[in-house]
Amino acid sequence: MSQLIYNPFDMEVHPPRLSPAYKSTILRAPTKPLVLLKQSLAELSGPVFGDFNLGEFDHDLTKNSIKNGEPLGERIVVHGTVFNENGQPIPHTLIEIWQANSCGRYVHKVDQHDAPLDPNFLGAGRCMTDKDGNYKFYTIKPGAYPWGNHYNAWRPNHIHFSLFGANITNRLVTQMYFPGDPLLEHDPIFLAVPPKGRDLLISKFDLGATEPDFALGYRFDFVLRGHKATPFEKI
Amino acid sequence: MLKQTPSQTVGPYFAYGLTPEQYLYDFKSLAQHDLVSSDEEHIVIRGRVFDGEGNVIPDAMLEIWDNQNNLFGRFGTGTEKDKSFVFKTKKPESIGENAPFLSVILFMRGQLIHSYTRIYFSDEVKNATDEVLSQIDNSRRETLIAQKKDNYYLFDIHMQGDSETVFFDI
Repeated sequence: MSQLIYNPFDMEVHPPRLSPAYKSTILRAPTKPLVLLKQSLAELSGPVFGDFNLGEFDHDLTKNSIKNGEPLGERIVVHGTVFNENGQPIPHTLIEIWQANSCGRYVHKVDQHDAPLDPNFLGAGRCMTDKDGNYKFYTIKPGAYPWGNHYNAWRPNHIHFSLFGANITNRLVTQMYFPGDPLLEHDPIFLAVPPKGRDLLISKFDLGATEPDFALGYRFDFVLRGHKATPFEKI
Repeated sequence: MLKQTPSQTVGPYFAYGLTPEQYLYDFKSLAQHDLVSSDEEHIVIRGRVFDGEGNVIPDAMLEIWDNQNNLFGRFGTGTEKDKSFVFKTKKPESIGENAPFLSVILFMRGQLIHSYTRIYFSDEVKNATDEVLSQIDNSRRETLIAQKKDNYYLFDIHMQGDSETVFFDI
């Protein structure tokens, strides 16, 4: 019998907890050293949503909130594979998706940005990887929007993701960006990621995934924490 | 080895994507905060999340995971009047000399990567022999223990300061 030990967060690519240029971290980042916890059954397990009843259009944000017409903006299709660090694809794992509309406005009630809401676009969705770890969803390309971090601060276009993976050590919340976005070099949230990790957050334009007369394609792969198998005492 | 995908903050606008029913958006929620029905034996856990100046954080999201009962819950701190989180769930059991606990994953604007902690319970004698609690300094151990009140457990989370909650590297 062997026990899987999951690798730690790779701090060569993850942002540090405190990153003062992103001002909200100053009062919210833990300051004391984390306590190392030996992984037990509680950490080596996690919720499984294999039987979650996905809505018919959960994977299509251009359709899942239609009230009286099509949402406005540039239709895109985003696809890729969820792997662990070992390069193994993660089948049947849930991906949650949320984003601003094409004008850079979130449906969320506290978003006060003076850009129009789109009655036909909520900006929330979900999809599940298939047996080979692949996923695909349709949406509208999100717009940039201003935020209060510093004078003339704008967030680059991005889509938020939440992934579960194999267990709670695998939990990942992140943001996917778009190639060539001039705002990236000014964004303290993106720049909090060490240089080695930044390219990993930028999707690639994918002509092969682009659907003629319909939607531009982008590819974005996720890599969750991997493991090494170590010998475990024989029972 | 592939490189891990870097974490990014959940941001302030997660509610309609991650906790839509709780915030009254028209989208089905993946996870709830009432994890058992009221006629089953259950406990209620409430608390607030505080920043380094003692301000209550109104845009955090907590997830709890109970592997014994296979229960997963999620709640955002933006809908209760006092910006609490609230969970109704089963109380897990102790295993051997270890005390019962729930795993917690915490997200918020201003956190570039999520935090892990645990909720233990003040009325459990096995807290004294628990392997994990025993490795934590006396002065900080209390931050992991929910205090039993009349009909709920109180578990406040402090991101910083003298009573900074113990967060784990798992």
